Amino acid sequence: MMRFMLLFSRQGKLRLQKWFTSMSEREKKKIIRDMTTMVLARQPRSCNFMQWKDLKIVYKRYASLYFCLGVESQENELLALEIIHRYVELLDKYFGNVCELDIIFNFEKAYFILDEFLMGGEIQETSKQIVNRSIEASDMLQEDDISEWYEVELFG
Amino acid sequence: MSDVVEKTLTALPSLLSLDSHPGSAKLSSTSKLGNLIRGITELTSKHEEEKLIQHELLAIKEQVSSPNTTMRQMKELMVRSIYCEMLGYEASFSYIHAIKLAQQGTVLEKRVGYLAVSLFLNESHELLLLLVNTVLKDLQSTNLIEVCMALTVVSQMFPKDMIPAILPLVEEKLNHPKEIIRRKAVLALYKFYLIAPNQVQHIHNKFRKALCDKDPGVMTASLHIYLQMIQENPEAYKDLTPSFVTILKQVVGGKLPMDFNYHTVPAPWLQIQLLRILSLLGKNDQSTSEVMYEVLDESLQRAEMNHNITYAILYECVKCIYTIHPKSDLLEKAAKCIGNFVLSPKINLKYLGLKALTYVVQQDPKLALQHQMTIIECLDHPDLIIKRETLELLFRITNGQNVTVIVEKMLEFLCISEDDHTTIDLVGKVAELAEKYPLKYNEWFIETMNTVFSLGGDMMQPDIPNSFLKLLSEGFDSVEEDRKLRLFAVNSYIPLLRGEPGKLPQRFLQVISWVLGEYSHLREDLEPAEVLSLLAKLLDMKNSSSETKSWVLMAMTKLCKGGADASVTQEVSETYSSSLDTVLRQRAHELQYLSQDPELRARVLPRGAKPETLEVDSSLSFLDRFVSEALAAGAAPYKPPHQRQEELDQSKALSLEPYGLSLPISMSSCSITDRQSPTLLSMSSGLSGDTLKLDGIKRVWGREGYLAQREPVEEAAQVEVPSPIQSPGRQGEGDSLHSQTPTQTPTPEPEQEKQQLASSLFVGLASQSSVSLMGKSEPMPQRFRRKAKGQGLGSSFIANEQISSSLISPPSAVDNLLCNNLLDSNNASELAEQTSQLSQSLTTANGTCHAEAELTESDTKGCNPALRRDNCVVAAGPGPHNDPGRLTEVCLDSYLPAELSGLSHSEIAPLCANQSLNLSACHVQKEDSLILVVFIMNSSESAIQQIPAGEVTSYSVAVGQYSLTVKRPAVHVEVVGTVSYQLPAGTSQSLQFSYKVPLTSFIRPFVVSTEEYGTMWLSFSHDTKQNLTLINDNQEPLTATLNALKKKLQLHVVEVIGMEGIVACRLLQDLPCLMHCRVNAGWLAVWLRSPVPDLPDCLIYHCQRALQSL
Repeated sequence: MMRFMLLFSRQGKLRLQKWFTSMSEREKKKIIRDMTTMVLARQPRSCNFMQWKDLKIVYKRYASLYFCLGVESQENELLALEIIHRYVELLDKYFGNVCELDIIFNFEKAYFILDEFLMGGEIQETSKQIVNRSIEASDMLQEDDISEWYEVELFG
Repeated sequence: MSDVVEKTLTALPSLLSLDSHPGSAKLSSTSKLGNLIRGITELTSKHEEEKLIQHELLAIKEQVSSPNTTMRQMKELMVRSIYCEMLGYEASFSYIHAIKLAQQGTVLEKRVGYLAVSLFLNESHELLLLLVNTVLKDLQSTNLIEVCMALTVVSQMFPKDMIPAILPLVEEKLNHPKEIIRRKAVLALYKFYLIAPNQVQHIHNKFRKALCDKDPGVMTASLHIYLQMIQENPEAYKDLTPSFVTILKQVVGGKLPMDFNYHTVPAPWLQIQLLRILSLLGKNDQSTSEVMYEVLDESLQRAEMNHNITYAILYECVKCIYTIHPKSDLLEKAAKCIGNFVLSPKINLKYLGLKALTYVVQQDPKLALQHQMTIIECLDHPDLIIKRETLELLFRITNGQNVTVIVEKMLEFLCISEDDHTTIDLVGKVAELAEKYPLKYNEWFIETMNTVFSLGGDMMQPDIPNSFLKLLSEGFDSVEEDRKLRLFAVNSYIPLLRGEPGKLPQRFLQVISWVLGEYSHLREDLEPAEVLSLLAKLLDMKNSSSETKSWVLMAMTKLCKGGADASVTQEVSETYSSSLDTVLRQRAHELQYLSQDPELRARVLPRGAKPETLEVDSSLSFLDRFVSEALAAGAAPYKPPHQRQEELDQSKALSLEPYGLSLPISMSSCSITDRQSPTLLSMSSGLSGDTLKLDGIKRVWGREGYLAQREPVEEAAQVEVPSPIQSPGRQGEGDSLHSQTPTQTPTPEPEQEKQQLASSLFVGLASQSSVSLMGKSEPMPQRFRRKAKGQGLGSSFIANEQISSSLISPPSAVDNLLCNNLLDSNNASELAEQTSQLSQSLTTANGTCHAEAELTESDTKGCNPALRRDNCVVAAGPGPHNDPGRLTEVCLDSYLPAELSGLSHSEIAPLCANQSLNLSACHVQKEDSLILVVFIMNSSESAIQQIPAGEVTSYSVAVGQYSLTVKRPAVHVEVVGTVSYQLPAGTSQSLQFSYKVPLTSFIRPFVVSTEEYGTMWLSFSHDTKQNLTLINDNQEPLTATLNALKKKLQLHVVEVIGMEGIVACRLLQDLPCLMHCRVNAGWLAVWLRSPVPDLPDCLIYHCQRALQSL
């Protein structure tokens, strides 16, 4: 099971945080601090996994942005790496050639995509098409929209 | 920072034109969030940022609290608040508005509201309760997107106590026509299962339905729950193995829709989930494993594409193959697969390869040998993670011959590692290895442990120093070698104390003082006075903890001889005899008395005493006279601390809310004064214990009684149980060792250094059929002596020579203890079997998941406190039922023991049967107990010997009855038992059975008055609340509902006042549970309280069931 996902820039600025288990503000702050320092200190060409307390940290850098995923230690690290990759693909498909600025200015959209992709710390939907369809469908919703239209779009 | 600004500025124009971009967010140039973000990026200092954000927060705060703000504006404000929080500034004023937005907004606004709530609050936040109604409403919405949002937020965070309120609605969604809703509902239930398994245990059958869902997505989601449940209790799900195998086969065969593919690999997440489940199911189970061999083989073959995701699957596959019952050709393929990982140039794969190797070397140590050169390379890898993983692997292949090299490598790593978690873990491992192979003729052991103590510091597990001291004091089989070892320890500690002892960790100082106190006399040139002054120096150090000081004082007590030392000891004992710390004071007094009376000291603290068995009189019976005298003199009886605490809490609760109670004030105050005397008494008795006269009294009871944690090691060592089996076993092995023949030395190679390292690391792996693994105590069948040939070999190699030529590594004391314990417990259980009247053992388990654990526990102990055996076996004669075919359940009624026949009993249910025995059982509710009646029916031609209760002749029935009690409540109590019997031929057989009793059978009405109820209510700490359905068929819904519950569950209705009612019941004779009911908005709000954890939860479940079944 996943415990948290963090996105931060090369300068250590937090761009997105998702916590899958209940945690106190202090714990969160500590994790964010530890993750940014640990991940940013890694040399290039080192492996993408780290140990932090009893958790496995899997991280990957895409352009100027680091994606960092904390999973329980019995989890499969390679699979976690692919979770990150799929999330990036989802962002890319939604924003079209995604860059850090897209995520800065539209972070709530990034959260919505994440919520469609992961749920309760587990993978929910892996298909790019389906995740994207449901996000776009809810984006298009107007104030007075009716659910029928949504059903047609989202549920085919 | 500056390049971000630059980037931002250059990217802005393109960003603004993005509006037309499909899917891209529409960020207007005037958007306030946009302004904020741009504003921040333009700043140069943290201080300016803070000012800007504070300003921003003020503006937001003003706007959100204005009544004119529309929901649409609110949505925008929330996004800004989220941003500020992400930057690390608190915006707690907006939390309540986030909830409001989720509650009142339109779909789009609601989405932001829910997002804000899930980012702002966590499960325990009190505001979250306000969200419950919103979630309830949205779950019932006809708008699917609202339902989706509600399910998402529920799985993200939901107050645990409120789960019952929404559970029926989420359950209902499992039947929803839309796949996405069903899937989200399953995941929400998974989350519930994780945080509150009790709440969902009644819907396990619905999980099965989700597993069989026609949509693969829903099925995939249900596997999360199954993985969890199977982990807890694999036995219960063995029947699903073929289904999982079939699913995996279909997935691997590409039968799923394209949507599930990930980079052309079919549903990798699903595959891995299934592989994990299969490995749990197939573990230690040959027949189940056989079902999955084929599909595992196929998975291995199919995953050939060179992509991370296929490697992820392969890794899981390999792990599965090595977990389940082994099959040789699969193992071979898996081993080859591991080779691909390990040899891969990609560092991530190498890491996983090492992990896989670590996992499999336990079964097959030779695999490590194949990859030894790679492992050596990884050991020097610049990436610490790789290095760490390699050490983990080496730890698993350690044996008597390579231990020094491996430990050396680990210590090297410890010196450079900065992570506390890693240090603690690694220090523990080094200590484990060092103690497992103490190499007693060697100084290596002491040196290693010294490094461990100074590196591990005070973070390490406390059992490390304890077992080290134990090892030292117990010694080995040779007196001379023991002396050398101890002397070496002393020699190594003296310079440390002369140096800078202030830098040493407390734990190490404690070890040092104990060893010096005990063994410094071994070094003849060392004056005790010098040791004493070194120790006294420790006392003066500022950072010495009082625990360390008491160790030091203890050591000084052992050393002081009077004469020249007197001044030091006198001074010390004077200083500390007035210490505020009672333990230190006690030690100081001891020091004073004993230093003045050498004779007494020699008796109390004999020098070089072997650890001896002490009989600990835990009942403290020697104090009986004292107690009875005190009681006779009017003292109040002793109350254990928890009881005192409970009463104290109670009195606190009473004094806090005097008006909320119907209790008379005088009564509460009177109970408080009553209570004071025993507390006083126990305090004074504690004091009298503290100043116990030391002279002449044999220390029969360890100081645990009043000095629970500060127990000096000297005591600990003496209380140790001796293990007489150890020494002969070790000697035997030592003899066999000497007869081994030496092996040849490795030939020099170009890469000599690495080769040397390899040979010293992997020595003993190839030739041994099994490596002695951690935690296992199998003696090594073969040990090889290596000839010492100085061919310019590396130092590590030479170190290795020394050890192996001295041919030691006896199995560690730890192992022997472990072994002894095992033996002991075996004996115990055998004994129990022999003494029991009928060799039938029962055990109650809390739900199925704990069944095994409980079973073994009761097996080893021989008797389970939860079970009282009545020992009443009635062997009934053949009677009128001679025809085996007619021996049915109906007839069994007549076999019920006479004293039980008048009482109501459950239906007699068949349990299990084999060719000779038929077991049936029922339970009978007596007022004070629940009797389990087991009918043992001999359905064979011949008589069966029951050990030793006699014989059950052909076609007759024996009846056994057992009184059951519940230790920990569960919804259903499962009783597991075994009947062992002997056939006339003399062969012993046994038959296992299990029997499930609902908790309701243990529930009895509990007649109390309203006042008593009030008192008890406050004293119970475990509670649960839930809304139940009301029965609405007449004028008085409350009375009707309570009566229904009373009838079904045997509750006692204490009183009904208006819309409220109080009800009481108990679990058999003890363990009460109180229930407070109130009619509220068409529901019955129930609040249960009990002193027993889980009882309220289980009872509410049965209440729910009872009302549903009406």
